[in-house]
Amino acid sequence: MSTVTWITARGLFGRRRFLLLLPLPVLLLVLAIVSRSLGVDPGQWGPPVLVGLGLAVVLPVVALIVGTGVLGAEIDDGTVVHILTKPLPRWQIVLPKLAVAAGVTAVTVAIPLYVAGVLAHSVRLGLALAAGSALGALAYSALFLALSLLTRRPVLLGLVYVLIWEGLLGRFVDGTKVLSIQQWVIALTDRMAPTDLLGTTVSVPVAAVLTALVAVGATVLAIDRLRSFSVAGETS
Amino acid sequence: MTTISAEVTAPATPAATLDLAGVSRWYGNVVAVNDVTMRLGPGVTGLLGPNGAGKTTLLHMMAGFLAPSRGAVTLDGEPTWRNPAVYRRLGLVSEREAVHTFLTAYEFVLASAKLHRLPDPEAAARRAIDLVEMADAQDRRIGTYSKGMRQRTRVAAALVHDPDVLLLDEPFNGMDPRQRLHMMALLHRLGDAGRTILFSSHILEEVEQVSGTVQVMVAGRLAASGDYRTIRRLMTNRPHVFRVRSTDDRALAVALIAEASVTGVELGRDGLTVRAGDYGAFTRALPKIALARGVRVRSLTPEDESLESVFSYLVGA
Repeated sequence: MSTVTWITARGLFGRRRFLLLLPLPVLLLVLAIVSRSLGVDPGQWGPPVLVGLGLAVVLPVVALIVGTGVLGAEIDDGTVVHILTKPLPRWQIVLPKLAVAAGVTAVTVAIPLYVAGVLAHSVRLGLALAAGSALGALAYSALFLALSLLTRRPVLLGLVYVLIWEGLLGRFVDGTKVLSIQQWVIALTDRMAPTDLLGTTVSVPVAAVLTALVAVGATVLAIDRLRSFSVAGETS
Repeated sequence: MTTISAEVTAPATPAATLDLAGVSRWYGNVVAVNDVTMRLGPGVTGLLGPNGAGKTTLLHMMAGFLAPSRGAVTLDGEPTWRNPAVYRRLGLVSEREAVHTFLTAYEFVLASAKLHRLPDPEAAARRAIDLVEMADAQDRRIGTYSKGMRQRTRVAAALVHDPDVLLLDEPFNGMDPRQRLHMMALLHRLGDAGRTILFSSHILEEVEQVSGTVQVMVAGRLAASGDYRTIRRLMTNRPHVFRVRSTDDRALAVALIAEASVTGVELGRDGLTVRAGDYGAFTRALPKIALARGVRVRSLTPEDESLESVFSYLVGA
């Protein structure tokens, strides 16, 4: 494990903010288990729990907390200077941090979604949801990591993207779905395990290309921004 | 006083020179650093100036954490901005008390050594911790440390790769007198061993005790540079200005003119403005003179005791 990965993981799990990650996945699990044990038709509880809660809320919110935390928290408290005053090419800082963010998000979200998918339909849907959310975790993490270098308020901007763009506009303005990570994850998951529980208007090739583009583009942008990282001085 | 176990060695590479050529930095309409040119070579240099003079901005540009709006900062010809390779030879201790509180000092310094890809990170970390006398507390979490201990831990992390150039922003803040002495001694030894050390401070006494060379910044400009003794002399010999209000300003003015420590008196609408060459002599003489003349002094305010005015005086001198 690289030293940057180690410090990032220690920083992430050492802060209380990490506890914020737990309630949402637990809620997802509880809802799925309760619905299943009460014998509710999966056609009724599947879409709201798997998509409405799982892919539309749990995945982006967990990714937001972790993705803005791996670098943003260090920028906020100034500890980032310790890593930046090392003769490391900046990609050697961004990539380990992205790996930690995407990894932690994927594990936190994929496990409850896998269980919920199995309960709602089949193991295949569970696996597809886990794989789809892992891809989504990567795209979201790259985006939020880049945001923490582009703005002083990454959490706020991230929330605006998730709640307003994906949540609100995505529901009423069909065109916005093309630029929604959530819709790409749905498209990719549905392709891996076709069911009538998930549905989107975005095509699979578009979803695949855009997911890759956001993940790579945001990472490249983050590396470049970190190269020009400025510390605010006393007069700024 | 504890003995210092770790020894400072001479730098492996030839002495480093940090060059600033016509460096300015502005934020919108605010000019933080204005056309500063300086060359820093081996030894300890103090960067002195009141708060807000642009010291931190200048240090950040030196350390590659801020792009100059104009001019260039180079370390032996290499730009420091957007060039992580300079950190092989440069160490920075920033003013902000930022440490990973969840790590122990040893873990923290060791992580720095590993990030520098040093051949023997464990030995380098132990050596740096010994240099700042933190060996006894090295296995406690940084979160439990006092401000001075955190500061020393940060210095150890900045020294772990034995840099040719060390920049420290207000390194004595929050240190107790013993820690201060120790840090001053450490900087001395590093400077004597041929390293280029620059530290900023807004307290002249600190600079005086550590460095022979001083760069004085006032309002973003390099106001004076040279030997601290000259600058110190200018400061103690400068005239002091007081505002005095009393029951009979005119009578007091006449009496004060005769006092040896007073170099000038102005009678104004709301009291006297008195210029005194000797601060102590004047403040001791005033009550006696007033008493002798039966004048009651209502207020005595030193006009120019702010650090800003001291520095402004230096600029004019």
